[in-house]
Amino acid sequence: MSQLDQTHWDLVIVGGGNAALCAAIEAAEAGMRPLILEAAPKPYRGGNSRHTRNFRCMHHGPLSVLTGTYDEEEYFDDLLRVTKGETDEHLARLAIRTSEDCLPWMEAHGVAFQPSLSGTLSLSRTNAFFLGGGKALVNAYYNTAEDLGVTVAYEAEVTQIHVQDDRFEGVTARIGGEDMRIEGKGLILASGGFQADLDWLARAWGPSAKNFLIRGTPYNRGVPLKQMLDKGADSVGDPTQCHAVAIDGRAAKFDGGIVTRLDCVPFSVVVNRDGDRFYDEGEDVWPKRYAIWGRLVAAQPDQVAYAIIDAKSLELFMPSVYPPEKADTLEGLAQKLGLPGNKLRETVDAFNAACQPGAFHPTELDGLATDGLEPPKTNWARPITEPPFYGYSLRPGVTFTYLGLKVDDTARVSGPHGRFANIWAAGEIMAGSILGQGYLAGFGMTIGTVFGRIAGQEAARHV
Amino acid sequence: MFDQAPKLSATEEARRQIEICNACRYCEGYCAVFPSAFSQRAFSDGDITQLASLCHNCRGCYYACQYTEPHEFALNLPQALAEVRVESWERFAWPGAFARIFQQSGAALSAALVIGIAALFWALTALAPESGEGFYAYLSHSAMVAIFLPAFLLPLAAIGIGLRRYWTEVGGARIRWPHLKEALIDGAKLKNLSGGAAEGCNFEKGDRYSQGRRHAHQAVFWGFMLCFASTSSGTVLHYVFDMQAPYGLFSLPKLLGVPGGILLVLGAGLLIRLKLKADAKLGAPRVWGGEMAFVALLGLTGLSGLVLYAATGTALVAPLLALHLGTVLTFFLTTPYSKMVHGFYRMASLVRDAQRKEA
Repeated sequence: MSQLDQTHWDLVIVGGGNAALCAAIEAAEAGMRPLILEAAPKPYRGGNSRHTRNFRCMHHGPLSVLTGTYDEEEYFDDLLRVTKGETDEHLARLAIRTSEDCLPWMEAHGVAFQPSLSGTLSLSRTNAFFLGGGKALVNAYYNTAEDLGVTVAYEAEVTQIHVQDDRFEGVTARIGGEDMRIEGKGLILASGGFQADLDWLARAWGPSAKNFLIRGTPYNRGVPLKQMLDKGADSVGDPTQCHAVAIDGRAAKFDGGIVTRLDCVPFSVVVNRDGDRFYDEGEDVWPKRYAIWGRLVAAQPDQVAYAIIDAKSLELFMPSVYPPEKADTLEGLAQKLGLPGNKLRETVDAFNAACQPGAFHPTELDGLATDGLEPPKTNWARPITEPPFYGYSLRPGVTFTYLGLKVDDTARVSGPHGRFANIWAAGEIMAGSILGQGYLAGFGMTIGTVFGRIAGQEAARHV
Repeated sequence: MFDQAPKLSATEEARRQIEICNACRYCEGYCAVFPSAFSQRAFSDGDITQLASLCHNCRGCYYACQYTEPHEFALNLPQALAEVRVESWERFAWPGAFARIFQQSGAALSAALVIGIAALFWALTALAPESGEGFYAYLSHSAMVAIFLPAFLLPLAAIGIGLRRYWTEVGGARIRWPHLKEALIDGAKLKNLSGGAAEGCNFEKGDRYSQGRRHAHQAVFWGFMLCFASTSSGTVLHYVFDMQAPYGLFSLPKLLGVPGGILLVLGAGLLIRLKLKADAKLGAPRVWGGEMAFVALLGLTGLSGLVLYAATGTALVAPLLALHLGTVLTFFLTTPYSKMVHGFYRMASLVRDAQRKEA
C-alpha cells in the first residue's frame, strides 16, 4: 500500500462496484496497470452492485438463463415508458444493443447466472439473475481483476481530483487515515451517486430527506461527482431528484438492501401519521407501483405511512424481514403503531363500507374496487374485518440519485472546453444521461457493465 | 434490531437467519436448502432440522451474502445450519452421550482407535487358531465373524433408531421408490455441492469456486463403497461358493478392494488438506477436531488395508492385521456417533425433500 503514491499508474479507477470492475478488467486485458480506489472496507466493497440481483439484457432467442426474445425496440419502449422520454436515445440504444454481448462476457469473467427467482417469473425473459446476487458477481470480478494484476486499495476515499486544463493528473485520497496524492495517466470515475450524503440530499430535495432511508451503500457520498462538477464538468439529470421506493420503515438507515421491501400495499389500507388514506393502494400490481409509493410516502407528514391488513391477506405477499405489528383490534394495532385509534377505525370503517362484492384475485388486476370513496381503491378492495390485524410502517428508501456527469458514446466526460483528455465515467455517476427519470429493473447493471467496459477499452486506447 | 437479542439456541439462531433469507432469496440457485425454505413462511423446529440436514456446507450462500458481518443481520447460514445439524445428531443418537463425545473430540476418537487396535492384538494372541490360511492363520474366520458381525449390526440398529427419531421430527411421510430414487441420484452426484450454475463450492479458496471438495468427497465415498463391496463379495464367495480367503489379485474382493482403498486414502488425505485451508467458522467449530479425526480414521482404514495386503507373506502381517482390523472395528462401532452418521441423515433429508417437491 505504501507504494500507491510512488507509482505512476496507467489508470486510476475511483469506485469499486460493477462499472469500476468491468473497466478495470477491460483495461488490464488490454495491458494496462489499473489501480482501483474503493472507499468501502473489503466486506462492504462493491457499492450498490452488492445489492443488485440481475442484468437486463437484449437477446434474440434463448440466451443463457434467459427465455424467448427481447429485442432492441421492445427494450427501448420499456425504457421510454419508465423515463417518460427523459433519455438520451443514442446512449440508451448503445447500452441496449451492447447488452447482448455483455452477458457472455460476464460469464467468461466469472459471473454465474441462475433461473429467475421465485416470485420474479415475469422477468425470466428480460432479466438474467446472478447466482447468489450482486455480491457474488462483485466477488467474481474482484477475483478476475486480481488474476489480471489489478491493484485494489480498500478504505481509499478520494477527496480531490487534480485536473490541469482538460487533463487529469492525479487524485488525493485518504487511505488508512493518511492523505496521499496518487498520479495516473488516465481516470475512470465509477463512484456512484451522492445518495449517502444526507446533507446534500436535504439541500437538493428539502429537509424532509433527512427522514429517508438509504437502501444501499453508505459509501456513495458523491465526492468525486462534486469535484468534477466544481471543475466545470457538464452535468446530466435532475439535481434535486432521487429514486425512492416505499420500504419497511423499521429498516436500518443504510444498507438494508432487498429484504427491506414490503409487498403488502396492494392488499392494504395505507394511512399516514394522522390516520388518513392518501392514495389508491390498488392502482396496479406492486412491481409497477413500489417506486411511486416512495414519493407518496415522502410527501406525507414525517415521511411515514402505515399499511394495515387483516388476517386473510397475511400470506398473499412475500414474507417481510421484520414481523408486522399485530393486534386483535384496530384500536390495539393503532396504539402499537402510534396512530390515533379513533381515526384509524373511522378510516377503515369508511373503506369497508365502500367495498363491493365480487371475485378477489390476488395475482391479477381484479377490478374489485371501492365505490364512492376518495381516494378510491381500484383493485383488491376487500373489507378489513378479520382479526388479528397487522400493520407495517413504510418509509421512502433511496436507491440512487439522478444527477451525474455527461458522457459521450466513448464514456468520455465532457467539460467546459469540450471533452476532458483522459477522464471517463461509468455506472451510476453517468446513468442520468440514460435514466433521466424512473427506473427499469436490472438496467443500472446494464449501464454499468456496458459503459464500464467501454471506459476501460477507451482508456486503454488513449492513455 | 437484532444486536441486543439474548443468545439464541442453535435452532432459534438458524430460524432467525433463514427468515431473513426468505425475504431475500438471492441464493435460490445454490442448493436444495433454499427452494425448500422458500416454499414455507414459518419454520417449525422440525423444518429447521430438515433444512440443516439438507445443507451440504458448500458455503456458496455465505460468500454471496450481503448480510454477513459486520452487517447487523450477521448472517452465517452455513455455520448456523452446521450447529443445528451437529446438535440434531447428538439428540437423535442412541445412546446420545456417545455422540456428544465422539463428534466433538478428536482425542476421544483416537483413544477409541487405540483401544480397538489393542483389542485386536489381544484377540490375535488369545484367540490364535491352531491352523489356517492367510489371515485366518492369525485369527480364525469364526472369530472374525464373532467380532465383526455384532460390530456391524449393532451400530446399524443404533442408526436405525436415530433415523426414526429424525423422520418423526421432520414430519416425513411414507417413503416410496421415486423419493428414494431421486435422493440416491442427488446423493451419488453430490448435486448439492455442485454450486448450482457455478462450478463447485466455496471451501478451501474462500469466495472462489472449486470442485476440490466435491471430488475429494466422491473419492472417499466411492472408495468406501468399493471397500464395502469387496468385503461383501468375500462373504458371498466364502458362504455361497465355498471359496476361502486369501484371494488373488484378480479375484473380485481384490479388484474392488485395492482401488477402493486407494481412492479412500487419496480422498481422505485431500479432504484433510482442504479442511485445513477452509475457514472453520463456516462450519460448526466445536466439532472441528472430531471431524478431522474421523476423516483420518477413514483414511487409516484404507491405508492399513493396503499396507496389510502389500505385506503379505512377511512377518509384519500379524501386527498389521491387528492394526487394520482394529481400525475397522473402531470405525464401525463409532459410526452412529461420529461424522460418519451424516451420510445417513443427509440421505434421509434428500428423501424428505423429494417428498416435499412431489407434494
